[in-house]
Amino acid sequence: MASLREIKGRISSTKNMKQITGAMQMVAASKQSRAQAKSQAYEPYMQKIQEVVASIAMGNSDASHPMMEQRPIQKTCYIVVTSDQGLAGGYNSNLVRSLRQTISERHQSTDEYSIIIIGKIGRDLLKRLNFPIEAEYTGLSDNPSFDEVKSITRQSVGMFEEESIDELYMWYNHFVNTMRQDVTETKLLPLTALAEELEESVGATPNYEYEPSENAILESLLPQYAESLIYGALLDAKAAEFAARMTAMKAASDNADDLLDELQLSYNRARQAAITQEINEIVGGAAALE
Amino acid sequence: MKTNVSVVTPDGNVYENEADIVSVKTEIGEIGVLPRHIPLVATLTTEAVRVKNDGNEESISVSGGFIEVRSDKVTILAETAERPEDIDVERAKEAKARAEERLNQQDETIDQKRARQALLRAEMRLKVADRR
Repeated sequence: MASLREIKGRISSTKNMKQITGAMQMVAASKQSRAQAKSQAYEPYMQKIQEVVASIAMGNSDASHPMMEQRPIQKTCYIVVTSDQGLAGGYNSNLVRSLRQTISERHQSTDEYSIIIIGKIGRDLLKRLNFPIEAEYTGLSDNPSFDEVKSITRQSVGMFEEESIDELYMWYNHFVNTMRQDVTETKLLPLTALAEELEESVGATPNYEYEPSENAILESLLPQYAESLIYGALLDAKAAEFAARMTAMKAASDNADDLLDELQLSYNRARQAAITQEINEIVGGAAALE
Repeated sequence: MKTNVSVVTPDGNVYENEADIVSVKTEIGEIGVLPRHIPLVATLTTEAVRVKNDGNEESISVSGGFIEVRSDKVTILAETAERPEDIDVERAKEAKARAEERLNQQDETIDQKRARQALLRAEMRLKVADRR
């Protein structure tokens, strides 16, 4: 059995650890609720943009735009959203695992795809695994503003417009609830099934007049729409990240509690054993004197 | 009868109010939207949006935006929008100086279009901030 002093040391270090994980849990919880509020504030904008895009896409069939057309696929690009910090349970590893699996199923060589990676953890992981990384973004703030992610959205949408990529997917953890985050793949570009998809979610829209013209509006609206899809997914991923961290830290705190219980028990046993032994010795010593 | 005006950005609702008339500048020219306007979608140029209600006029700086008009509701969608009191005048002045400097340099590497856009935005912000 370990000595009393040893056990005491372990108890105090476990207590310290629990304090840290407890604090991190609370920080993550408050950030999570802020991230969710941000997501909600964004909702009306997204909805409006969807409505307008849908009304144009459904209104007449001859409205066309390169972003709505399927090209033969030579290169696919994946935007992968991971976190800058670890300690978030399976948040990053689950994502990277399913990404690797999908990529190995879809592509034969690394020429066929490239990756835009967001977050330090994912960047380090994918670099070590020799994935072709097109661009990397780290140090995204906890509540990214639209301005902040503009460079990411501009670059990826721009790459599609220049035809250096023919498909754009986004990989991120979708926030379901605080206990559950699902790895999600969304196809951002091209927006082929746009009209059908939007009809379901938006419903009927009024018959608009367009100024200057439908195509001119599509010209500026579609890139903005694609960018807002990316931004929306990023906000979603942030909410999921904090939820994952919160859950992971809660599990760590709970484990620390269990461990403390066990340690306390063995500390008490060791203490009792020591006392019993001492009494035994005294009684033995006294008996020897008689 | 009045219309409902709201200015929506990715960071949330910036402005919401009733109005007698909403004046915006689209790519073809300035339009004033009165209540019961036909449904309309138009792209906006970088220019302040003016909302008149009971004789008061308010301006909002809007960039990268659209206007969506329905009979009783006007929605302005923009990447960024600020009310006069939210405008950082110092920042706008700096941005203006920077853009002017860029435009004056005859450097091939500078994106003239972007600099001009930045200049327009800064000027609009200053103009809106002036009216508060």
